[in-house]
Amino acid sequence: MFQIRIHGRGGQGVVTAAELLSVAAFLEDKHAQAFPSFGSERMGAPVVSFCRIDTKEIRLREPIVAPDALIVQDVTLFKAIDVFLGLKDSGYLLVNTNQSFGDLQLDPVVAKLPAGHAVTVPATELALKHIGRPVPNAALLGAFAALTGTVRLESVAKAIHEAFPGAMGNANIVAATEAHDAVVARVRTAA
Amino acid sequence: MLKQTEGSHATAEAIALCRPEVICAYPITPQTHIVEGLGEMVRLGQLKNCEFINVESEFAALSVAIGASAAGARAYTATASQGLLFMAEAVYNASGLGLPIVMTLGNRAIGAPINIWNDHSDAMSMRDAGWLQLFAESNQDSIDLHIQAFRIAEELSVPVMVCMDGFLLTHASERVDIPEQAQVDAFLPRYEPRQVLDPGEPVSIGAMVGPDAFTEVRFLQHYKQTLALHLIPELAAEFSGRFGRNTGGLLRTYFADDAEMLVVAMGSINGTIKDTIDEMRADGFSIGLVNIVSFRPFPTEALRRLLAGRKHVVVVEKSFAVGMGGQLANNVDLALRNTPAAPQVHSVIAGLGGRSITRTSLHRVFRRAVAQPWEGAHFLDLNEDIIGKELHHVRKVRRSGPTAENLLRRLDQAAQHAAAE
Amino acid sequence: MTDPTATATANQKLHFYQKGTFTVGNRLVPDTERSVQASIDRSNALTCGHRACQGCGEALGARYAMDAAMRATGGNLIAVNATGCLEVFTTPYPETSWQMPWLHSLFGNAAAVATGVAAAMQVKGRKEVRTIAQGGDGGTTDIGFGCLSGMFERNDDVLYICYDNEGYMNTGVQRSSATPPTARTATTPAMGPEPGNVFGTGKSVPKIAVAHGIPYVATATVADLHDLERKVMKAMGIHGARYIQIHVPCPLGWGSASHDTIRLARLAVECGMFPVFEAEHGIVTSSRKIRRPVPVAEYLKPQRRFAHLFKDGGDSQRLGHLQAIADRNIVEYKLLEPEEEAG
Repeated sequence: MFQIRIHGRGGQGVVTAAELLSVAAFLEDKHAQAFPSFGSERMGAPVVSFCRIDTKEIRLREPIVAPDALIVQDVTLFKAIDVFLGLKDSGYLLVNTNQSFGDLQLDPVVAKLPAGHAVTVPATELALKHIGRPVPNAALLGAFAALTGTVRLESVAKAIHEAFPGAMGNANIVAATEAHDAVVARVRTAA
Repeated sequence: MLKQTEGSHATAEAIALCRPEVICAYPITPQTHIVEGLGEMVRLGQLKNCEFINVESEFAALSVAIGASAAGARAYTATASQGLLFMAEAVYNASGLGLPIVMTLGNRAIGAPINIWNDHSDAMSMRDAGWLQLFAESNQDSIDLHIQAFRIAEELSVPVMVCMDGFLLTHASERVDIPEQAQVDAFLPRYEPRQVLDPGEPVSIGAMVGPDAFTEVRFLQHYKQTLALHLIPELAAEFSGRFGRNTGGLLRTYFADDAEMLVVAMGSINGTIKDTIDEMRADGFSIGLVNIVSFRPFPTEALRRLLAGRKHVVVVEKSFAVGMGGQLANNVDLALRNTPAAPQVHSVIAGLGGRSITRTSLHRVFRRAVAQPWEGAHFLDLNEDIIGKELHHVRKVRRSGPTAENLLRRLDQAAQHAAAE
Repeated sequence: MTDPTATATANQKLHFYQKGTFTVGNRLVPDTERSVQASIDRSNALTCGHRACQGCGEALGARYAMDAAMRATGGNLIAVNATGCLEVFTTPYPETSWQMPWLHSLFGNAAAVATGVAAAMQVKGRKEVRTIAQGGDGGTTDIGFGCLSGMFERNDDVLYICYDNEGYMNTGVQRSSATPPTARTATTPAMGPEPGNVFGTGKSVPKIAVAHGIPYVATATVADLHDLERKVMKAMGIHGARYIQIHVPCPLGWGSASHDTIRLARLAVECGMFPVFEAEHGIVTSSRKIRRPVPVAEYLKPQRRFAHLFKDGGDSQRLGHLQAIADRNIVEYKLLEPEEEAG
């Protein structure tokens, strides 16, 4: 079972991201379970969502305490909460930022992870460029596909298209694709 | 059709397949997405021949359903927590009148303190109200139980509450198989009421009943529930034949054949318990599970047959009768009444107000039931530290302040203390 | 001004004054204006043999209202009843007085249950079947108020009839939000410096109904049963939410003589305490004019619930206060202005 925890703030599509990821996995004939950290629906508040992906039925309903991958949609969260809690040593880290891990003083965290398992992507910039709104989740899912290989970019694109048919969905798919390709290039360079 | 979708939406689709004729909608977290989904289907014309009514309270929601059902329409509503309490009078009324309304309960804690998260206090508060209560383990279960609920309700002329854990199921997106309309139509015939308001054949419904017949009315209500003990498994078997999925009837078991310890639980926690059982069995621990699907009627006989002869029964439940103990544990105790060499029953209260129930904690408590059995109820993962401090404070200070707020402050202080270290 | 010598025609209001009373025999009016009750074809929706008290205003009002509604709908009518006197005295099972489909659910939900019945008829394609909800003032203005307002604002196709006897009579005469100031009830006893119900409380649900902008609101009284029938017939000719509040004296709760029910109902109108009016879509369209004005004391004095106002030379201050309420109604509803000419 592969477990993903997504951190962000209300309004950034954190819950949608987990759902889209679960749909992408479903489209690849896998079992997936997506669920939010349940709370009141307020803009800007820290929000966590979860996604489990497995080849067999998922029965477990505890929150993800030891994630295989972390997606951080908002770097301001590093000061607010311990987003890295429970991250496996073999885990993946994907951060939405146009800064480097060094700039964010995250080098010690990255150092604990296997090479090529941590990557930053300017998902908000990509979202603004392609979608016109600062909603980074689609771009991050494209990047996530490239980073972990848990799901394919085509599946992510199809999941986005199913949820948001039309121009908005297409713009998100473009953002996801660009983020995906950027991460592929980055990981290839790193390796 | 296989689909990856949110539990509420999957449930809404299942309800739409049952062709409800009157739907009463009132928002309360966490069931709201279900009625929202149904509202969309009515607007889009996907759910035809259906009156979707936005009411002003839960009390009105169930009251409108009562009127609709008595006038011969298939009626549905959904609620949770405070909403169920607000409609409590109508809950008893619907069952007393024998109206086959189906209602989803998105299980949520009851306040005060106000809490929107999952537990089973709401369902337990209405356990004696004369409704059947079926508990879903998964979103697939929710779909399948709702379809069966309409059939059971209408065959017996009794209301049915389908309980699905708030957030854990309602807001979880997972793979579900949504049946075809034709399949559901074949399983669920048109609603033919046993009593109906019809100007062609006028009847009075709802007369006052005095001591001369009240006991008999209640007895027949109870008798209907005993009939449900047979009907629920029968329909589950028929459903399984038609749809290829078994909801288990009254209860479902997991490695129960040979286990020395049987866990008894309801709802979505059964999934986590199964994973825990797999791990413990791998360690050689003899443990199995009984998942109660039908809490009302309570499967007393079936449960007694399963539990008799075991060494330990651990009841894990998300509800608690203050001053008494776990309601499910009490019911399990009752099932074992007068059973020779009855197993030791261990009561675990867990997941109140949305507290996560983890495999780690379950491992610990199942082992402890053997090694260090306790009396009464064991509160899983209880924070004894803040309780101790609060009790000390209450003893010391007369105007000790509001308990909930005091505990939250202590929790925050403890967190800051930990961060400082 | 209507020419008093003009012959009564079908579209004119009744103006036959009999000496000493305001009643008029059906034989004096054309067939078309005769009451529903005068017809041998009346439905007897609420038939005799029920257990109401002698002189019960509610039983009278309900019988006239239901038969009129039955006639208006050709018998295609379903009634929902709130808990209360009407519910209890009509269904001492195995006997029932209802010769029509009738449902009692709870005290506070009659309006919502009726919404459900109407929705079922709509969805079943039985649009000819209409729905009435009914209850006393407690079940309407107090405990059922939320459901009532919800039914109004959704404009559900329900006629709600409130039988207003100004208190919780079924439970032994307690105060409701329709109880008038100074009235003695079991919970506003005639004791202390200001005996009875206090001033400055209560509400006018007819006015609140008007404020919902629903298609039709009316008040009526058992003192004018022709008018009551006419309003019910009119209401049944309209779709959407409708409300009629009928003033029904209660000999038990008011401490009045059983034979005084009609007289008291009439005095309530004639003194201005109970304004009789109609409103459509949020606007008051007409009011029933006072024919022979009387001071409020004349209405209050025969009722034991107001006896304390007349003890020891009388409580002129509080009687004056009550008169002021009546006078305000007279101005607000133009109860003393001349009848407007019908077009």
